[in-house]
Amino acid sequence: MIWRHLGRLIRPLIRWGSLVALTVFGLAACSLVEIEDAPLTTFEPAGPFAERIDAVFWQVFWIAVVIFVVVEGGILLIVLLFRDREGRKDPRQIHGNNKLEITWTIIPALILTVIAVPTIQGVFDLTECGDDAMPVEIIGHQWWFEYRYPEHGIESASVLAMPIDREVCAYMTSADVLHNYWVPHLMGKRYLVPGQETTLRLQADEPAEYWGHCAEFCGLSHSLMRARVISMTQADFDAWVAEQQQYAVPPEPETPAEAGLRVFQEQGCTQCHTVDYGPDYQGTNLVADEFFNGPNLTHFASRSVFAGAILPREGQSWSDGLREWLANPPKVKPGSFMPNLDLTHQEIEDLIAWLDTLK
Amino acid sequence: MTATAERRPATTIFRRPRSTTGFWAWITTADHKKIGIMYGYAAFIFFLVGGLEALLLRIQLSAADNTFLTAAEYNAAFTMHGTTMVFLFVMPISAAFINYLLPLMIGARDVAFPRMNALSWWIFLFAGIFLYSVLVFSDPAAPVGVEGVAGNLDPADNTVLGGMPDGGWFGYQPNAGPFYSPGTAMDYWALGVQFLGLASLISSVNFIVTIFNMRALGMRLLRMPVFVWMSLVVALLLLFSLPIIAIALFMVTFDRQFGSLFFVAEAGGDPILWQHLFWLFGHPEVYILILPAMGIVSEVLPVFSKKPLFGYAAVVFAGAAIAFLGFGVWAHHMFASGISPVAQAAFGLSTMTIAVPTGVKIFNWMGTMWGGRIKFTTPMLFAIGFVAMFVIGGLSGVTHAVVPSDWQQTDTYYIVAHFHYVLFGGSVFGIFSGLYYWFPKMTGRLLNEKLGKLNFWTMFTGFNLTFAPMHWLGLQGMVRRTAYYPPEAGFDFWNLVATVGAFIIAAGVLIFMFNWWRSKKHGEPSGIDPWDARTVEWTTPNPTPEYNFGVAPTVTGLDDFWHKKYAEDSEGRPVRRPEAEETLTDLMETGIDPPHPIHLPAPSYYPILLAAGIPLVGWGIIYHTSFVGKLLILVGVLVVASASFGWSMEPLEEPHDEHDDSDPLGGGYSSVEVDD
Amino acid sequence: MDAAAAMDHHDQHESTGIDHRKLGMWVFLSSEFLFFGALITNYLLYQGQAGFARPYPAEIYDIPFTSFSSFALLMSSLTMVLAHNALARHDQHATRTWLLATAMLGSVFLGGQVFEFTEFITVGAMKLTTNPAASAFYMLTGFHGFHVLLGILMLLTLYGISRRQGELSEASGLNLELVGLYWHFVDIIWIVIFTVVYLLASVPAGVG
Repeated sequence: MIWRHLGRLIRPLIRWGSLVALTVFGLAACSLVEIEDAPLTTFEPAGPFAERIDAVFWQVFWIAVVIFVVVEGGILLIVLLFRDREGRKDPRQIHGNNKLEITWTIIPALILTVIAVPTIQGVFDLTECGDDAMPVEIIGHQWWFEYRYPEHGIESASVLAMPIDREVCAYMTSADVLHNYWVPHLMGKRYLVPGQETTLRLQADEPAEYWGHCAEFCGLSHSLMRARVISMTQADFDAWVAEQQQYAVPPEPETPAEAGLRVFQEQGCTQCHTVDYGPDYQGTNLVADEFFNGPNLTHFASRSVFAGAILPREGQSWSDGLREWLANPPKVKPGSFMPNLDLTHQEIEDLIAWLDTLK
Repeated sequence: MTATAERRPATTIFRRPRSTTGFWAWITTADHKKIGIMYGYAAFIFFLVGGLEALLLRIQLSAADNTFLTAAEYNAAFTMHGTTMVFLFVMPISAAFINYLLPLMIGARDVAFPRMNALSWWIFLFAGIFLYSVLVFSDPAAPVGVEGVAGNLDPADNTVLGGMPDGGWFGYQPNAGPFYSPGTAMDYWALGVQFLGLASLISSVNFIVTIFNMRALGMRLLRMPVFVWMSLVVALLLLFSLPIIAIALFMVTFDRQFGSLFFVAEAGGDPILWQHLFWLFGHPEVYILILPAMGIVSEVLPVFSKKPLFGYAAVVFAGAAIAFLGFGVWAHHMFASGISPVAQAAFGLSTMTIAVPTGVKIFNWMGTMWGGRIKFTTPMLFAIGFVAMFVIGGLSGVTHAVVPSDWQQTDTYYIVAHFHYVLFGGSVFGIFSGLYYWFPKMTGRLLNEKLGKLNFWTMFTGFNLTFAPMHWLGLQGMVRRTAYYPPEAGFDFWNLVATVGAFIIAAGVLIFMFNWWRSKKHGEPSGIDPWDARTVEWTTPNPTPEYNFGVAPTVTGLDDFWHKKYAEDSEGRPVRRPEAEETLTDLMETGIDPPHPIHLPAPSYYPILLAAGIPLVGWGIIYHTSFVGKLLILVGVLVVASASFGWSMEPLEEPHDEHDDSDPLGGGYSSVEVDD
Repeated sequence: MDAAAAMDHHDQHESTGIDHRKLGMWVFLSSEFLFFGALITNYLLYQGQAGFARPYPAEIYDIPFTSFSSFALLMSSLTMVLAHNALARHDQHATRTWLLATAMLGSVFLGGQVFEFTEFITVGAMKLTTNPAASAFYMLTGFHGFHVLLGILMLLTLYGISRRQGELSEASGLNLELVGLYWHFVDIIWIVIFTVVYLLASVPAGVG
């Protein structure tokens, strides 16, 4: 008895519940427009390679939509048409139909052939770098990307600067585990493999800042291994290169910055971090051990983000980001190779003052 | 013949167990049905564990920069979620179905090697326990990072949950190797999966021999139910893919435990080799997970459409073709790995070809329903749900074959969405369809239909709510395996929707559990043929008697049982034979009172004993540098050796022995005497 | 017991006409082929790569010695066949002798492998941890040696049963056939390993 009552209660619940769910779902789907500024979206290609991929995607997508509608519509139709109703006779016992079997083998095969063409063209056109591309080396570390510009003798981290309208050929490897370099606006992904070299073509049309992310699981803080790419006009890029090629300027004596430099040296930060003051520098030049490779900080303050492009957070000031980071790096980035040095408030402030001099 | 008994050596470790009911009967059983039931319950418990892990993941992702889980816990949870759902849920619950149904469907009394079957089951169970024993033995404070340059973990991040394996179910090297995943967690993973593979390998040999050798008279290969065909294909897939993952896992264990250099890049090892080996196993594995469900659906759709399966031979061959092609597509998991353009193009094409036989299956299922008289029972709803959802998973699958577009989609939530449409909307819906359909076979009762429908609609809604948005999230750039995303990434809303969906799925599972628990005792009695079924397994009373068939069946065609009940009129519509009821009564009577004595596989202690030695060796290998570890290896090997010895000395299941009238209980089979 | 009665009781039959266990062994061995296939491929991938720490396995092979132990293993297949033949002739004594001879030859091979490993490690200074090619070599030959060891144990068990019971029964005869199948398989695999890994081995250019 109780079940019958419950059933009477539940049945409309299911019916209306599903309907409501579907409506909510549909409405929500309409609100997709709301987040079109997702910074990692694959739908806003900003360079020729990403555009090419985008074009292939949409070709296949619309074919898939047609198949989806035909097949799912077919299923729905069959289910509605042939549901067991009053007066429905038992069906004819049909065991199959060879003509149909052949048809629905050949038609999908033909569709796939159509899809195969842009696929293969895309693979061969997009995999190998062009001859006059600008080389950049990308080295993956747990959990940040290092960039080297062999033509310019520059080392940088977290932010890749590149000129617009010029192909950049990234020669990539990893210092530890697998990583995967991905800047959706510019190109698909490519692994960074320790002991091997992979290449990735990048090119941007407009000056802008793009988000990137390591896409292969690379250990504890994979979620926090992000990247930025800044594309700029050739003139701006040349200026940037000239700036980056400068040595760092030593801080004035008796300033907080100078105290910061001392903290940097005394706390052993130089074990991993390089700051290049040039050959004329009077003090000890800060050059890290090859084995312990942290980001090169010579032009640290010229970058828009640091710590694997996770800091400063949205709305956070540069200094606050640094405060959060220096207070306890493993708390910000679990597993971080930069230890918690238990710095005092004053030491942190001095360090920030000094880091700000590394333009 | 009497001499046989004397010749038999007296050396045994245990006397043959005699219990037929109660605890020891289950521990020592060699009955394929009991083993199937145990597989099923264990797999379901692991399903709940894996589901719990999924809920943890979903809670963490429900908001940007959430702090519900630590990074270590998140990584551990997704690693164990994947490992559990693949190796401890879908595979064993498929094994449960195959175990229970395969002999019944081909008209046999048991599998070819009943004790080996028990061995598979116990190895599976102990391997699962071994894998999760990491929770007890793990060292949560294990260092992270490279030896000599340790990474740093905030003390607050050291938790027990975070001490579980955290290198991903795919265990990519070198991250899961000795230097980047120090500690013991990934050793538990590598050895646990290794042992699970061993269990599956033994099963696969057993099932193949059973299918080839133990079919009832007249059960030709092309008269076998599609589920049996799919079981055969799965067993072959396991047979040829497991040795490859076994080698790969051995390489990892050797790297981690004994200092070999297979995947150590600094010494020249190749991390990409691991991916080739893993996916050379891993892609066939995907079909290992889906084909049994396809088999189930191919049984359920005809019954509730009241029509034979459309294009039986095409469905069978499509299944075989999927399996065959499945060995040639593995590198589509690696389009971003830097393999050559030629390889990318080739694997893109080979991946596309798989869509053809998959399409054939879908169209034939639609053809089966076309013109039918479709009854929306719960198994049928799940089966239709399977077809509808699998189409979506299949279509998104084709987009992965489009290599350039895959460069954007790989390693994003788009992939997560895709394979959950295949493995949840596919495999799990298929499995639930089967659970509802064959529940009477096991219990003699029906699951409650109202609760069943509620179960289906909740799961269906929850499933789509969870996984459909993931397509969108992936295309919007949400990377897989990330515990955090920043608020400005714009992923919050759809992640929240997915989390709500996940809890709706959980509610569906709870409804199912309640239904099961209640129907087991109070469900409506099913009778012998509750669904007006077509295949031989329904010709025995429900619940299935210990000996399966009162009289061994003889088969004269496909859907033999159906044709015993129905003739066709001039239009080709089924007409119930006048003698149908009598046939059913007959089957019922002979099923309950077999006219002849029947020999059944005798229970044995050795399978569980042998299996028990294996995790001991596992723990021993992990701690082999210590005395306890060495002792454990020794004890484990001794247990395995003595159990093998006792096993081989236990009388063989030789048919000649069992006819020895002077010694009715002496053979490998015990006799059940039933009065006529 | 007549055939009709047998049918009544014995409603199980082999659809293929092949005994379950024999079919099972064949099926299992087909899987083993892939097991060794993967191991051999793995070795071949690494043996040709330049730039590893020396020595490469191919630099320190002692072909004459390994040829000798390979010959012993090859001969054991012959004695295995003889044991099988002897049992078919109901010559229990000869069966036992050939079983023991097979096990002995297998042990010679295994002893040779132990010696070879020791030499490689101590004299050749090639350990499991030297380079990936060495790792692959030890893993491949080690797993093969483990298979030989299992085979020897099975042979000795058969021998023991035969000694205890004074003869091998019909049931054990099938066991002998199964062990034989396994033994021949292990032997064939070794022929492949010896040819591909030892005889056709080459050191990558620029080494040695």
